[in-house]
Amino acid sequence: MAKNFKGGVWQKQINTRDFILQNMTPYEGDASFLLGPTENTKKLWEKASKLLSEETANGGILDIDTETISTITSHKPGYLDKDLEKIVGYQTDQPLKRAIKPFGGIRVVEAAAEENGYKVSKKVVEIFDEYRKSHNDGVFDAYTKEMRLLRSTGILTGLPDNYARGRIIGDYRRVALYGIDRLIEAKKADKEALVGVMTDELIRLREEVSEQIKALKAMKIMAKTYAYDISKPAESAQEAIQWTWFGFLAALKEQDGAAMSLGNVSSFFDIYIERDLLEGRITEQEAQELVDHFIIQCRLIRHLRMDVYNQLFAGDPTWTTECLGGFFSNGQHKITKTSFRFLQSLYNLGPAPEPNLTVLWSEKLPEGWKKSCAQVSIDTSSIQYENDDLMREKGQCDDYCIACCVSMMETGKEMQFFGARCNLAKAMLMAINEGRDEISGELVVPGIEPLPAGPIKYEEFKKRFKKTVSYLAKAYVNTMNVIHYMHDKYYYEKAQLALMDTHCHRNMAFGVAGLSVVADSISAIKFAKVTSVRDKDGLATNYKVEGEYPMFGNDDDRVDEMAVDLVKRFNEELAKNHIYRDATATLSVLTITSNVVYGKKTGATPDGRKAGEPFAPGANPMHGRDHSGAIASLNSVAKIDYADARDGISNTFSIVPKALGSERKQQISNLVGMLDGYFNKEAHHLNVNVLNRETLEDAMEHPEKYPQLTIRVSGYAVNFIKLTRALQEEVIARTFHKTM
Amino acid sequence: MAKTLKIHSIETFGVHDGPGIRLVIFAQGCPFRCLYCHNPDTQDLETEQTKTKTIAEILDLLEREKPYFGKNCTQGGLTISGGEPTLQAKVLTSLFKKAKERGFHTCLDSCGAIVSKAVEELYRFTDLLLLDVKHIDADWHRKLVGQSNAKVLENAKIREKSGREMHLRYVLVPGWTDQEKHLIAWAKYFSHFKTVSKVEILPYHELGKHKYKELGREYYLADTKAPSKEEIAKAKNIFTEYLGNKVVVN
Repeated sequence: MAKNFKGGVWQKQINTRDFILQNMTPYEGDASFLLGPTENTKKLWEKASKLLSEETANGGILDIDTETISTITSHKPGYLDKDLEKIVGYQTDQPLKRAIKPFGGIRVVEAAAEENGYKVSKKVVEIFDEYRKSHNDGVFDAYTKEMRLLRSTGILTGLPDNYARGRIIGDYRRVALYGIDRLIEAKKADKEALVGVMTDELIRLREEVSEQIKALKAMKIMAKTYAYDISKPAESAQEAIQWTWFGFLAALKEQDGAAMSLGNVSSFFDIYIERDLLEGRITEQEAQELVDHFIIQCRLIRHLRMDVYNQLFAGDPTWTTECLGGFFSNGQHKITKTSFRFLQSLYNLGPAPEPNLTVLWSEKLPEGWKKSCAQVSIDTSSIQYENDDLMREKGQCDDYCIACCVSMMETGKEMQFFGARCNLAKAMLMAINEGRDEISGELVVPGIEPLPAGPIKYEEFKKRFKKTVSYLAKAYVNTMNVIHYMHDKYYYEKAQLALMDTHCHRNMAFGVAGLSVVADSISAIKFAKVTSVRDKDGLATNYKVEGEYPMFGNDDDRVDEMAVDLVKRFNEELAKNHIYRDATATLSVLTITSNVVYGKKTGATPDGRKAGEPFAPGANPMHGRDHSGAIASLNSVAKIDYADARDGISNTFSIVPKALGSERKQQISNLVGMLDGYFNKEAHHLNVNVLNRETLEDAMEHPEKYPQLTIRVSGYAVNFIKLTRALQEEVIARTFHKTM
Repeated sequence: MAKTLKIHSIETFGVHDGPGIRLVIFAQGCPFRCLYCHNPDTQDLETEQTKTKTIAEILDLLEREKPYFGKNCTQGGLTISGGEPTLQAKVLTSLFKKAKERGFHTCLDSCGAIVSKAVEELYRFTDLLLLDVKHIDADWHRKLVGQSNAKVLENAKIREKSGREMHLRYVLVPGWTDQEKHLIAWAKYFSHFKTVSKVEILPYHELGKHKYKELGREYYLADTKAPSKEEIAKAKNIFTEYLGNKVVVN
């Protein structure tokens, strides 16, 4: 029998954080204890790799189960290799076979199946046509004409109105720590207390908690098909990882959210691993094997997506985001040996986009850890960094995870209503075009007066832009209210919310795209002479720019402050509105890979960007305009105040290895120095790619040579060869920092 | 006293000119005309592209970059390269003085072309001198850069006498700077220098070639190729024999 864990509040209430705080073993050392893959792992990964290349060869999809509506218990157990797998459980009865989840919208599922040569079974279609309403149906029943217009002009894009919103993260660790029975008990107690005047909200919550209890029961049944009883707490490292995976798997079977993060599990696992190691029940080799097998599971998560979705979020991502590191508020860091073991999987299995490993960075973290992270970045370009000091302070909590790419959520206590993003560049062009869409000429924002003739006057433009932003922010919030009302009603995330506190905090996460284009354009209008060239309908189709103007990305306050101000203003405008379920409005500067599609749908801009040209991703400066070196570029982005963009500010940094230093040791210490400096400036997020442009060019021509080439784009990692050619070109065209 | 520096460009993430992450300012103007110069556009002091920065502006840039220099500025700092910075020794002296007052590490990347009181004064405020000694033979030096190496060697001696840290740099150009006997002589000459903590061999590359075309100038080393791995290893071995493990290839 295993030794008892150190007691605490966690025994009296559901509180995973307290358990970790009381029981984890901080590790101060370096990576020298790590071991390579076991024979089992090698064999298992070989099988997985074979399946993955079959999937690629098959056009990106291996198989679809078109008969079964996916639920927690819908599918029979599946295995990659029952004898080898230490951690089991797939979304369907076979790894990489995709399930259908029509609760978001049956048409989308049908289209996605058809694009891949499949047909959804008649029975399923009939159910959703005749008997069961979907989220998508609900939204379009309630959408106004104005909302449809915002959607069709592309000022709002990627809205989760026909697919699952995702972004919610259950505290999957709870399954392992408490076992399902105890969690059901706690939820029942919560429900008992939900009494009083039966307002809409109270009725809704009572129904939701009942749904959550059903989901918990279903998790037990699902685990049983894999011959595990998860009603009681996990007793060993293997069980802790397996139980946690079952919790996550239940969510993955029920939902196909755009991003479904894993959370912050490594140091939780470590507590069980340490105990097993100490008591001689496993060896280091076996500990690493458990982690590697868990990572393999994360890499084989699949959702069925439409082509249009894939264009927006390229590379078939799942955003299985896992956070590593950071600090507790009492000053104790959270680095354990298992944090290292997670990074080690990138060597044992080779680089891959998933899970989306996110290092919560602080200057005070142990040196051995910091250097290991930098080394892994240099070797694999597979990890991203986020500012732990900043998030801990502004978020007022120390056990948090990252939803999707950059959005901080307190684990088990905070959720968000995901809201894609508003094309800020298009908004700017509407201000110039009397509220009309610059391409179709359709009137979108009423009441915007024509600009006086001649060069655009800064003050005149500013007035109109302010009015446009205010109108759009209001319309954006309204649209989101409709979407999330319907999502709660028709596609409620019962499995994930069962693993969260009943009374959780809700955010409504808005976003903007094209920040640097707009900042540079306004700078051009203010500091140079910009004259619009108009067509016969009076639409500005091009701009003549005379003179020089400061550009975002050179640590020049004159323009950087414009970017800072844009974010601040938009955030303020959002918060002025009524928000569904009293959620808090938050804002992100993040495009994922949609900067290319947004650019394609946006006319020429006053900064000289031609119609159709991509935006820079996230909060990045525009390509080739940051001409004072990497630090100046980083400093510009760092100025954007995280308090104004609590859903995250994404920056993607690409550098050739030589430009980090002449030799490896130097490259590592310079990357550490760069991260320390950047986050010291209160910057929020950084993707780090250390790659030669030639490698990427070669991979474009010979994808077969680079099956695992991973690069970071705007908040997540992708397999480079899975990107469309346009995106590959855009990645290569982006600023690669070099020095001679 | 002059308060502005004539500059060519700025690199905020310099990692090749001095330790750690550095703000590298490329000064405009150089008395040498190295045949292989990869920044020929920095040679003339006054060009259409020449920009100026005041001392205050450079100090502001340094402050903005401070968090990247490590705790208490122990890992990085300011480097002035060029061109040849000592052409503007006076203004640099005031800059370095002020930078050091604020705790920044100062580094000067020089070809040693100018011997003067002003340069010696600048050295006093230079924490680390990167001195390029392009050839040990006076005639070859003249052929390669247009002037003899007498002043360069004198500057090396001045720095050595001051007892303050210096790195030596040597550009390895096949057919021009890779003669065995001269490599031996070069290494022997510096083998007794106590202030030399690092010797960098910089293999010649052709990346500057295109700039000559843009400037409408002839490139004399058009037929010269970058040294092979073997050639680099050979030079490194010779240097190491006299200078030990201070020798690195960058």
